[in-house]
Amino acid sequence: MRRPVLATASPTTGIARTLRALLIPSLALLAALLAGAVVMILSGDDPMAAYGGLFKGAFGDGKGWARTIRKTIPFVLTGLSVALAFKVSLFNIGASGQFVMGSVFAVAVGINFEGLPVYVHLPLALIAGIAGGLLWGAIPGILKVYTGAHEVIVTIMLNYVASLLGGWTVYAGGTQGQTPGPLWDRTAGAISETPDVLHSAQIPWLFGPPYRVHYGVFLALAAAILVWWLIFKTPLGFEMRTVGHNMRAARYAGIRVNFTIILTMALAGGLAGLAGAIETLGLNHKFAPEFGGAVGFDGITVALLGQTHPIGVLLAAFMFGALDGGAATMQFESGVPADIIQIIQALVLAFVAAPLIIRLIFRLRPQSQEDAGSAVSTSWGGT
Amino acid sequence: MSKNGPVSAFHRLRRRYGNTMIVALALVVMAVLVNVTPLKEQTWLRVLFGISALNFTLRATVPLVLGALSGILCERSGIINIGIEGMMLAGAFAGFVAKTSTNHWPLAASLIFSVVAAVAVGGLMGAVHALFSIRFRMDQIISGTVIIILALGTTSYLYNRDAIAEGKFSSIPIPGLAHIPVIGPVLFDNPPITYLALIMVVVVHLGLFYTRWGLRTRAVGEHPRAADTVGINVNRYRYINTSLGGMLAGLAGAFLVLEAVGQFQEGMTAGRGFISLAAMIFGNWNPVGALGAATLFGYTQALQNELLLAGVTQVPRQFISMLPYVVTIVAVSGLVGRVRPPAAEGKVYETEGSA
Amino acid sequence: MTEAQPAQARQPGAGAPKLEALGITKLFPGVVANKDIDLTLHEGEILALLGENGAGKSTLMNIIYGLYQPTEGQIRVDGSPVVMHSPRDAIDLGIGMVHQHFQLVPVMSVVDNIMLGSETVDRGLLDRQGVSARIQELSQRYNMAVDPNSIIEDLPVGVQQRVEILKALYRNAEILILDEPTSVLTPQEIEGLFEVMELLRSQGKSIIFITHKLKEVLRIADRIAVLRRGEMVGEADPAAASQENLAALMVGRKVTLEVEKEPASAGDVLLQLRDIDAYTDLGEPALRSVSLDVRAGEIVGVAGVQGNGQTELVEVVTGLRPAAGGSVLINSVDMTNASPRRITEEGAICHVPEDRHMYGMVDAYSVADNLVLSSYYKKPFSSGLTMNQQAIAQHAEELVARFDVRTPSVRASGASLSGGNQQKMVVAREFGRPIRLLVAAQPTRGIDVGSIEFIHSQIVAKRDEGIAVLLVSYELDEIMALSDRIAVMFHGRISAILPRGQATREKIGLLMAGVSVEDETNAL
Repeated sequence: MRRPVLATASPTTGIARTLRALLIPSLALLAALLAGAVVMILSGDDPMAAYGGLFKGAFGDGKGWARTIRKTIPFVLTGLSVALAFKVSLFNIGASGQFVMGSVFAVAVGINFEGLPVYVHLPLALIAGIAGGLLWGAIPGILKVYTGAHEVIVTIMLNYVASLLGGWTVYAGGTQGQTPGPLWDRTAGAISETPDVLHSAQIPWLFGPPYRVHYGVFLALAAAILVWWLIFKTPLGFEMRTVGHNMRAARYAGIRVNFTIILTMALAGGLAGLAGAIETLGLNHKFAPEFGGAVGFDGITVALLGQTHPIGVLLAAFMFGALDGGAATMQFESGVPADIIQIIQALVLAFVAAPLIIRLIFRLRPQSQEDAGSAVSTSWGGT
Repeated sequence: MSKNGPVSAFHRLRRRYGNTMIVALALVVMAVLVNVTPLKEQTWLRVLFGISALNFTLRATVPLVLGALSGILCERSGIINIGIEGMMLAGAFAGFVAKTSTNHWPLAASLIFSVVAAVAVGGLMGAVHALFSIRFRMDQIISGTVIIILALGTTSYLYNRDAIAEGKFSSIPIPGLAHIPVIGPVLFDNPPITYLALIMVVVVHLGLFYTRWGLRTRAVGEHPRAADTVGINVNRYRYINTSLGGMLAGLAGAFLVLEAVGQFQEGMTAGRGFISLAAMIFGNWNPVGALGAATLFGYTQALQNELLLAGVTQVPRQFISMLPYVVTIVAVSGLVGRVRPPAAEGKVYETEGSA
Repeated sequence: MTEAQPAQARQPGAGAPKLEALGITKLFPGVVANKDIDLTLHEGEILALLGENGAGKSTLMNIIYGLYQPTEGQIRVDGSPVVMHSPRDAIDLGIGMVHQHFQLVPVMSVVDNIMLGSETVDRGLLDRQGVSARIQELSQRYNMAVDPNSIIEDLPVGVQQRVEILKALYRNAEILILDEPTSVLTPQEIEGLFEVMELLRSQGKSIIFITHKLKEVLRIADRIAVLRRGEMVGEADPAAASQENLAALMVGRKVTLEVEKEPASAGDVLLQLRDIDAYTDLGEPALRSVSLDVRAGEIVGVAGVQGNGQTELVEVVTGLRPAAGGSVLINSVDMTNASPRRITEEGAICHVPEDRHMYGMVDAYSVADNLVLSSYYKKPFSSGLTMNQQAIAQHAEELVARFDVRTPSVRASGASLSGGNQQKMVVAREFGRPIRLLVAAQPTRGIDVGSIEFIHSQIVAKRDEGIAVLLVSYELDEIMALSDRIAVMFHGRISAILPRGQATREKIGLLMAGVSVEDETNAL
C-alpha cells in the first residue's frame, strides 16, 4: 500500500501546537471532575459543597496558596522523574521508593556534621538525597540491562524494600531488645523517628510560618528547566529519545543503549530522591516511616497529565498540588472523604492516557497518531 | 534458523516447564524428610520445613497462584495485566461489602454470595482493563496502573471502618486423604478457596493446551494476524480472557477477606498482585510453572512468619520482612533468554484496513 | 506495448468464471489503493497478477479474502454476488490465501496451525490425532511432505510455505491466492512450487498467483493481469508476451532490466572475515566459521534463502552482534567485537540495514533528525553540550536534494514518507558521508521500481569510486545484477564463492539449497 506523501501540511506554529497540547489534558481534568461529581452524587455526597471546599482550601487565602505550592514541589520532581523515564520508554513506578531513599540519605547528612556552614551543609545534604535516589533508580536500570528483569516489577518491589529499609533506620527497637536503627532519635522514646535536621542543613523559608513555603520551590523549577534542556537540546537527550523511540535504531546509530538506560533510570531516581530530600530538609525536618510513600503513583499521573513534557509536568503538578492542598478543607467543610481526590486523580490518568475517551465524550475530531499515548508496554524481559 | 533438532527440543522443554517446579518439588521432599524422621528435633529445620511452615506456605501461595493465573489468561491472549493488584483489591473489597451486608444470612450462603460478588467485581475490573486497552487503545501498562489507582481510591473512599464481617471459611478435611502424614494436614485439610485455586491450575492448564478456546487464545496472543486470517475474532478473545483473568484476581481477593483474614484492610493486597506477575513470568506463562513459582514466593512469606514467630532477633525484623520482595527481584533477574513472553503482548491489534 | 483487452474475455480452454471482481475501488485515507478494478478467475486456471511494490495487488487480494471491505464494487463467486465481512466468510466460500508473510504461529506445531479456526473437537478436547491423519492424507495427495508434529519455527521457510498451502487445502479451498510465494524460495524450490501448482490446477483448483517477477509469470501463468498504481492496466497472454513489454506495462515506461556497469577493478582487501562464529538471540549457532574478503572497488553479493545467517553476518561486521570466534579486519585493523560507533568511525563503514523501520530510522523523528541519526554528536550538528538545529536542517536540505528524497519538508516525520523515499533517506544518510566500506542488506526491499533503479545505480557508483561493497539480498536477481563475486550462504556457512562469470542461477540455486558443488557437477 502506498502511503500519503503530502499528509502533514498543517501549519504547526508554536502557539497552535501549545494550545493543542493543552487541549486533551484540560478536558481530561474537566471530565475527571465531572465524573468525580457523579461518584459523589451516587454515594450521597454534595459535589458542589465538596468542590467549593476544595477550591477554598487550595486558593481561598494565603495559607491555601501556600499549601498548594508546598504540595506542588514533590509532584513536580516525582512527575519529572517518571516523565524522564517515559522519554526512554522506561516505566518508573519506583518514585516512592526513591523518594524514601532520598529522604533517608539527606537526613543522615542533615543530622550529622554539626558546625558546617549552611552553604556547605545544605548542598551536601541535598546531594546525599539525590545520591540515595540515584542509587535506588540505578538498580532497576542495571538489572534490566544485565539480567532482563523488567523495571516495572523491580521498581515496585524496591518500593517495599525502601519503605522497610527506611523504617529500619529509624526503628526504635522492640520490646524483646532488638537493636534500634542507626538514625533513631534516642530522645524519642518508643517513637520511631530521626532527630531534627540541624539548622545548617535546613532549606530556609521563603515565607515562614504560618505559610511555611521554603526555597525548595526554586529548586523544583530549576529541575524542570534542566530536564527540558537535557531532553530537547543536548546530544544526550537526542540519544535518550532515540532509545525511547526505537532501541534497535539507537544501537544501529552507535548509541550506547545500555548506558543510556542505566543513566536514565539513575537520573529519574535522582529526581525523586531530590524530592525526598527537599521534603525532609525543607518541611518535615526529620524522617519517620510514615513520611515515605505518600507520593505513590502520583508522579505517574502528573507525568502523563503533563504529556511527559517538563513544562507540562509543572502545570500538572500545580493542579495536583491544588487538589491535595484543598482536600483537607474539602473534607472538613463538606464531609466528603478526602479519598475522593484519589479517585479523581485515577480518572484524570485514565482520560489523559486514552485521549480517545476524551474525544468521544467531547465529540472532537480524531487526530492522527499523536493521540497514541506513550508507549511503555514492552514485554517482560524475555529475549 | 532451521533445523537444530536436539538444541531446539531442549529449548522447547525449558520454555514450557521452566525451572520452578524443581524448586517446589525440592521443598516438598525436604518437608516430608524433616517431618517423618528424627530431623524434626532440630529447631532450625522445624522452622524452615515444619508443618506450620508448609501450611503458611500454602496459604500465602493461594492468592499468588490465582493472581498468576489471572495474568496468564490475559497475557496469553496478548493483554499485559499489571493491574492484578487492583483487581485483587477490588475483589477483596466487594467480598467484604457483600459479607457485611449479608451477615444475617446463614454463614455458608453469605460466604458463597460474597465470593460471587468478589469474582464479579474482579471480572468487571478485567473488562474495564480490556475496554481501555482495546477500545480506547490505551497503553496496557498504563491502563493497568489506572486500574490499581482506581481500586486503591475507590476502596478507601467507600470503606466503612465500622463494618465487621462475621465468620469466614473454615477447613474441610477430605475424608481419607487428610490423614496421610505430612501431606494430609498440609494439602487435604484446607478451606474451599484453597482447593479451588489448586483445581484452577489444572483447569487453566488443560484449557490452554487441550481445548479450542486455549488454542485460539494462544494464537491471538502470539500472532493475532494469523488468527484473524483464519476468521478468529481477535479482540473478542482478548475481552473474554481479560475478564476471566479479572475474575480469578477477584477470587484471590475473596480468599484474602473470606478465607485468610476475615476482614478488609485498606491496601491489604500489599504487593501480592505484583508478586503474582513475577510468578507468572518466572513460571514462563505456564500454569504449572506459575504454581511452582508461587509456591517459592509463598514459602518466603511463610519463612518470614516462622522466623518472626521463632523469635529471631539477631536480624532486624524489617530485613526479614524484605525477604519476599528481594526474592522476587532475584527471581525475575537472570531470566534473559529463559522466558519467552507471548509475542504479541502489549500491542493493539487492528486490521490494516480499519486504520 | 499491447493494449488492454477487456478483462472478462474468456480464454479458450478455461472453465467457467469461478471468481469475479467487478469495479473494485478501495480508498484509504489519502490514498486510492484500488481504482475500478475488474478481474476474472476461471475454474482450473492459474492467473498471474503482476505489479510492482505498492501497485495495490495485496489490497485487492485482501478484499477478495474478506480482510478489507471494498469502498465500491462487487465480488462474485460461482456467478453469485457475495459480501464478505471477515476471512471466515471467504473461507466458507472456498477461498484460501497464502500470505506473503506467513500467517503461522511460530511456537505452535503444524497440526495446531493448520486446524486453528477450524478445529475438530472430541468431547471438549482438541482431536489432534484425527487432524494429523487428514494432514498426512492431504500432503500425500498433493505431494507436499510435512511432519504434522514439528514446530513451525524449526522448519525451513520452504516447508512453512507448504504448511500454509495445506492450511488452505484443509479448509477445502477451491480458489487459492498465492501472494508473492516465490520471494523466499531457491530456484529449485520455486520449480517444486510450480509443480504443486500444476498438480492443483489439474485437480480443478483455481489459482491467483501474485508476483512482480516476470520470468515466473511467463513460466507458469495461463493468463496475466497487470496492475499499476491501483489500476488494471492490461492483460496479456503468456505465449505472446515478452519480459520487456510486461515490464513496460507494469511500470508504465520503458525499463532497463539489466544494471549497466563496467567490469570491476578490485584493489586491496578492505574487509577481511576469518572463521567467524556467532549465535542467534536464542543461543543457536548462526554463523559457523565464515571467512570472506571484500576488496576495494568490488561488489560481493551474499546469496541465500532468508534465515541462513545473512542477518547475523551483517550484524557481526557492523558491531551489532558479538562474534563468538574468529576475527573481523577492516582495512587491516582488528575490529572484532568493536563498538558499532568505533566501526563506523575508524572503519569508515556505512550500513544500509535490512529492515529500515526496525533499524534504519526513527519513524517519529523528522527527516532532518533521521538524516543525522549516525552523526548527531559530531560538529557542526553538536557542539558537545547542545545541538545545532540550523546545521541539522541545512544538512538535511542538501541531502534531500542530492538523493531525490521526496518530502514536503525536512521537518516532516520519517513515517509520512513513502517506502521508496524512506529508503532513499536511509541511503542518503549512509552514502552522504566519506566511507570506504559499504554494507547493504536488502537495500531495495518493498520499494518501487524507480527507487530500485536509483539505489542500484548509487551502489554501482560507490563501487566505481573504489569503495568495497558487501551486498546481502534474498532476491537472487538483485545479487546477479549487481555482484562482481557471489558468496552463497547455507546453514550459517559460506558454501561457495563464485566469480560472477561462473555463476548461473541453477548453480547458485543448488548451493542455496545446501547441495554442494561437487554433487552438482556430478549430476550434470
